[in-house]
Amino acid sequence: MASATPRLLSSLFTPLRLTYPIHAIRTSHRSRTLSFLSFNLRRPNGRLRTVSSFASNGTNGMERMGQKDEERYDVIVVGGGHAGCEAALASARLGARTLLLTLNLDRIAWQPCNPAVGGPAKSQLVHEVDALGGEIGKMADRCYLQKRVLNLSKGPAVRALRAQTDKREYAMEMKKVVESNSNLFIREAMVTEVLIGKNDNIQGVRTFFGMDFFAPSVVLTTGTFMSGKIWVGRASMPAGRAGESASLGLTENLQSLGFETDRLKTGTPARVDCRSIDFSGLEPQYGDDEVSWFSFDPECHIEREQMCCYLTRTTSETHKLISDNLNETPTYGGWVDAKGPRYCPSIEDKIVRFRDKESHQIFLEPEGRTVPELYVQGFSTGLPERLQLALLRTLPGLENCVMLRPAYAVEYDFLPAYQCSRSLMTKKIEGLFFSGQINGTTGYEEAAAQGIISGINAARHSERKPLIVLERESSYIGTLIDDLVTKDLREPYRMLTSRSEHRLLLRADNADSRLTPLGREIGLIDDRRWELYQSKQLRIKEEKERLKNVRVSGGEFAAEVTTVSGQPVRDHTTLESILKKPHVQYKLLDKHGFGNENLSRCEKDCVEIDIKYAGFIMRQQSHLQQIVNQEHKRLPEDLDYYSMTTLSHESREKLSKVRPQTIGQASRIGGVSPADITALLIWVESNRRKANQRTQQELLRSGATDNHMAASSPTDSVVQATAI
Amino acid sequence: MASSLIRLLLPWRQPKPHHLFPFSLNPTKTSFLFHLRRCQASTSSPKRLILTQDERSKGSLSTEREAIVGSGTIAAIVTSLGGGPAAVGIVRISGPTAVAVAGQVFRPVKRWKEEGGCVAWRPKSHFVEYGYVLDNDGNVIDEVLAVPMLAPRSYTREDVVELQCHGNDVCLHRVLRACLEAGATLAEPGEFTLRAFLNGRLDLSQAENIARLISAKSAAAADSALAGIQGGFSSLVKSLKIQCIELLTELEARLDFEDELPPLCLPSLIDKISVMRHDLQDALDTANYDKLLQSGLQIAIIGRPNVGKSSLLNAWSKSERAIVTEIAGTTRDVVEANVSIHGIPAMLLDTAGIRETDDIVEKIGVKRSEAAALAADVIIMAISAVDGWSEGDAKLIEHIVTSQKSANQAMTAPMILVINKDDCKPKDLLVSFEEICSGLFKKVVRTCALTGAGISELEKAVLEVRGLEPISSAGRKWTVNQRQFEQLLRAQEAFFRLHTSIEEQLPMDFWTIDLREAALALSQISGDDISEEVLTSIFSKFCIGK
Repeated sequence: MASATPRLLSSLFTPLRLTYPIHAIRTSHRSRTLSFLSFNLRRPNGRLRTVSSFASNGTNGMERMGQKDEERYDVIVVGGGHAGCEAALASARLGARTLLLTLNLDRIAWQPCNPAVGGPAKSQLVHEVDALGGEIGKMADRCYLQKRVLNLSKGPAVRALRAQTDKREYAMEMKKVVESNSNLFIREAMVTEVLIGKNDNIQGVRTFFGMDFFAPSVVLTTGTFMSGKIWVGRASMPAGRAGESASLGLTENLQSLGFETDRLKTGTPARVDCRSIDFSGLEPQYGDDEVSWFSFDPECHIEREQMCCYLTRTTSETHKLISDNLNETPTYGGWVDAKGPRYCPSIEDKIVRFRDKESHQIFLEPEGRTVPELYVQGFSTGLPERLQLALLRTLPGLENCVMLRPAYAVEYDFLPAYQCSRSLMTKKIEGLFFSGQINGTTGYEEAAAQGIISGINAARHSERKPLIVLERESSYIGTLIDDLVTKDLREPYRMLTSRSEHRLLLRADNADSRLTPLGREIGLIDDRRWELYQSKQLRIKEEKERLKNVRVSGGEFAAEVTTVSGQPVRDHTTLESILKKPHVQYKLLDKHGFGNENLSRCEKDCVEIDIKYAGFIMRQQSHLQQIVNQEHKRLPEDLDYYSMTTLSHESREKLSKVRPQTIGQASRIGGVSPADITALLIWVESNRRKANQRTQQELLRSGATDNHMAASSPTDSVVQATAI
Repeated sequence: MASSLIRLLLPWRQPKPHHLFPFSLNPTKTSFLFHLRRCQASTSSPKRLILTQDERSKGSLSTEREAIVGSGTIAAIVTSLGGGPAAVGIVRISGPTAVAVAGQVFRPVKRWKEEGGCVAWRPKSHFVEYGYVLDNDGNVIDEVLAVPMLAPRSYTREDVVELQCHGNDVCLHRVLRACLEAGATLAEPGEFTLRAFLNGRLDLSQAENIARLISAKSAAAADSALAGIQGGFSSLVKSLKIQCIELLTELEARLDFEDELPPLCLPSLIDKISVMRHDLQDALDTANYDKLLQSGLQIAIIGRPNVGKSSLLNAWSKSERAIVTEIAGTTRDVVEANVSIHGIPAMLLDTAGIRETDDIVEKIGVKRSEAAALAADVIIMAISAVDGWSEGDAKLIEHIVTSQKSANQAMTAPMILVINKDDCKPKDLLVSFEEICSGLFKKVVRTCALTGAGISELEKAVLEVRGLEPISSAGRKWTVNQRQFEQLLRAQEAFFRLHTSIEEQLPMDFWTIDLREAALALSQISGDDISEEVLTSIFSKFCIGK
């Protein structure tokens, strides 16, 4: 009864929305400015009238018709971590009435592990989320304790920004942002059930205390909470994080709907009191003098005082203590068998697997400006608490340290992401989206990247708009999601630069020129950001033009170029070709007065990269073009792979499981051979033609009786023409 | 992984089913919103796939577009091979760059004479032209007729150029090879037909035949891949691939885990890269099948007079090709005989015994012997078991080695020592001279030309020194190796670019691009997933995790 209503009503409103797609998007900006006006009016029912009169969408209209005993939204986001926050913000900013349900309002955007954002590949994700109009980059820029650029000399594509962040400040700032969006409602709740309609569509969620919340789109971002269990040594308790209860019941509910779940494990090291540490003998690690930024929005570029990290090392006592007590750890004692990430091993893993390595680096990182806690990076362990302090005290500088929180491991349920399509909507339940660790990833950045995509798509789905899929070749976000849904991953997935085949094209510096136009079209980039973006692109373009035309001869400048590059400078050489020479940087142009003062440092970098590596970039682009031609051929969603006898049995099985959207995706599935791909192509093409023949014959038949009908036959080319 | 076959997939030449490519890189400015509106008009496709493009480099890409549209250009010999020599054989090139590829190898006689062959070939469709096919160095390989059939008026509906060559296998393979070197890839069995079908050229009933062909092919491919992997040549390719992955591991680990790893030792890395480059060149030289196909193996039999060279030739070729007498210096000129060594054609060259002589005719003969030895792929030095290793033999071999050096050949032919007249050897002599010459000769074989004993050992030795394994079933090996050769070429080009990157002191990330390309090329045969392999290798080699 209730289940049929939303569908019916929204279908009533569909034609209206289809006519005004742009209008629907733009309202998000208006409703945001409105938020200041209506802030004081925020009562669960009171504000509905205000919002719904601007957002022309169906469910709001329905509430006006007065079913006040239920709470209805356009989008419900379950979980307030890094995926949940991005999803909820994106959805709310697109004008969808969004409900964010979280277990604990004080832990919104909490950083339970490493107090840091960025690093190789992860920083690209952050830049990309920012370019689309997401929040994580701004947060990291606002709350940093220290910033460093890694891989500085190793090429523009692998250059990576990493920020240590103040975790309390981060959570508080994000909470402020989330609270100040008038389309976004926050509520503490434990979701135990998803409500499903007659057509395998999502209808809402049910909480532990019996509340039902309804929405046509639901995003699950459960993190480590779904049936979470934490371990310290042999002792364990159900918990999502230390001190926070796990979310129970949802796994069983999802299983009963036919989802496959599996278990993963991760861990976090101990925290120590910085006042108990002797830093005098430790190697300090300072931040960069010249601070770089994640966000492309200069409003966030506010420099702050930086804090210092320190480097210490494991000693032979550390190694001995661990070797003597190996059987006290969950993994080697054998009482936990969930898989942990290879790139984030516990200290006992490192010592067991690399026996001949005498010492391992350990970093000490501050967790905030106002707290004494230090994060002991690289030292996560499954040892019982009674051994942990002794273990910490084997490290130089920590001989007298005080431990504030013990290290622990956490086990949790995830849903292998082949069950999602690349829009992050599940294949089984229409309108249900998964994001973050529930899909088997680790990392705040990976979570945020999925969050923004699922938030956008959840909002679009609630408005019956086509969903957005970022192709693998377009971005690290696209690569991440393609890997997740295509490969059958059974260990926590971390983004790495080597996972991208075209990383030279997917750089931090061009994340905005790759994705901001899309963010604008979707409706997440406001006029101010768009203007900033356009003028930046114009400046870069004009500067490249200028460098192409300005010529120099001889002089000090030429002499220095020769010394730096080891190549002679011919007379009347353009600045462009000088910039192409090895080791010549834009700075050198600046130094000799050939630079352009109107450009920011970051814009100069863009110019330098575009010119210096033009050949490589061009080659990669033409390679990419080929892939687009070859692999982006779409596969029908309803293919019956089991009936294709020309495919191998293995690939029939794998293809049915993954249900790839394109030929390229199909070819990346393990066990699908090139011959299978060819067979698949032939099958698809034959079917297309058979279908064409059928429609043609039908048209001929009906055309015999009704000439008028035949004239408007919907063949491909005709649809195309009318559409244009 | 599947990229070897993926390149079969073509852009549709016929009017595109437009909803398949809503966001392919389209230079004409159609905005995203525009597309949205359109999809809403036709609610059939619920998802939009988005490939965003870097706005900053849009301009540069559009100028390149013409040249790069479409997928690979393929080439193959389409007339039957392996039978007796036919009058005409055809090499077909199909794909978007077919004309460019043909233009590189084909010189119309007219233009050759008038313009010196430096203008791009602009053929008129369905207009036959007469000319030559040239190899990379500009040598004429064959006289051919070129038949250009431009899209869509061709079998595959792509640009097709057919080169009608002389009908022997050697010519055809050389022409094909030239096309591959000019940028075409070797067509899979049935690929022309597949393309014709996918491009809407063939009807449905024909499609089923192709499907059958493809599934048969996959069995055969697995079979031949297996055969390839067992071969010595393939193991070389494999070891090169492993080296590539090791290098990639070193580089990539530093890129993803910069602050956790010790710095890279650049000089040793550069050393490794140049060693690999060298190995790859060696592999290419070893795999120089073109030469083998052109004339078969040239095997020169040299030695002092009267050690039984001619008898050896007769015994080997099972003929009385050479005149055999007791008189030293009977053979005055180079005598040829064709044999087949486990399926590989070989030409035996019996030469005049090399010695100081005043006889004018014999003198010329000796000169020719030396020339034959220099041009040969394998040199067989025959000595007599009766005499053992004599002063004359030592002098002779020294002479050959010095003339090889002065000819400055890139690769000197491997030498095999044949101890003939094994039946009448004095037992005590043998040990010592095997020691003397083991450095010079790659193999030592004992034969008896009279009884034919040792000939099969000699054949094996010949194949071994040339890096050729005996072929179990004729023909299969050739196709596999041609493919491997193609990948080697790709890898070599990648290494060349890598070398340039290092010389130009580009940042490390740029090295990985070509190294990855090389690794990909080398892994085509086994079809492994390079990224996963590199990651696994990183995690097993380095202790990572902060």
